[in-house]
Amino acid sequence: MALNPEFVGRVYGPGAPYEVSRVKIADFADAIGEPSELCRDRDAAVKAGYPDVIAPPTFAVVISMHAADEANNDPGLGLDYSMVVHGQQSFSHSRPLHAGDVVVATTTIESIKSVGTMSMLVTSTDIVTAAGEHVCTAKSMLVERRADA
Amino acid sequence: VTVTYDGVAKGTELPARSYRVTRLDLVKYAGASGDFNVIHWSDRAARAVGLPSVIAHGMYTMAQAGQFVTEWAGGDPGAVTDFGVNFSAMVPVPDDTPPSGNTGGATIEFSGKVLDKLGDNKVTVDIVAKADGAKVLTRARATVRLP
Repeated sequence: MALNPEFVGRVYGPGAPYEVSRVKIADFADAIGEPSELCRDRDAAVKAGYPDVIAPPTFAVVISMHAADEANNDPGLGLDYSMVVHGQQSFSHSRPLHAGDVVVATTTIESIKSVGTMSMLVTSTDIVTAAGEHVCTAKSMLVERRADA
Repeated sequence: VTVTYDGVAKGTELPARSYRVTRLDLVKYAGASGDFNVIHWSDRAARAVGLPSVIAHGMYTMAQAGQFVTEWAGGDPGAVTDFGVNFSAMVPVPDDTPPSGNTGGATIEFSGKVLDKLGDNKVTVDIVAKADGAKVLTRARATVRLP
């Protein structure tokens, strides 16, 4: 069974607010081997013009993946997660996420395409502050390989 | 050598770099990112779906690509504004845990060049990422602000 094309345009969220913390940013920077002190030292970040330590650009996936899962796991969509590979990912930042940000994420199903035994699902997640300031839009394309198509 | 906007042109190459990826890196990335997909830490589960071994998270490879650009651009991770990739091949990470020693793991090689100068000190960089000879990212583009 292919993905349900009627789900294009559906919107999920905004979910619960996510508070960006210094510890989480430092852990993420450690995990990807990002050495910058701007991810760890508040004084250095402030000196560079940021309000607090900043997250590396792909940190936004921590928030967007969680938000997009609400769409991906919608039973009516019909996505078989065990057959999914990540096809594309992009981030468009208005500014870096920084410690102290409290953000909410809203995910829209942008497109669903099926070609042969493959289905492509594109979601777009907007990450904005509680005050409504846009921080990042994360787009993801998942590819589902169907054994039973 | 500090890279500056005025000092680069269309076609300027980024110095190539390679990053080693081990099982421990994937475990750390899983914890930090919250992506606990079993194919990134269990060989048995990976083989059950036809993979040669555990594979790296695509997002881990993308993060390395981001760091490659950031390092070239002066070290500020906040300088990367737009960043997108296609994941074109998987990165198998063979077991390197004891007692197999250092025979496992994987290496991702990055190179890149300036595709366009956008004004406002911003450039678009095209990134090439290879593992074991295969291109693991395609259309990998980052817009980064240079000093």
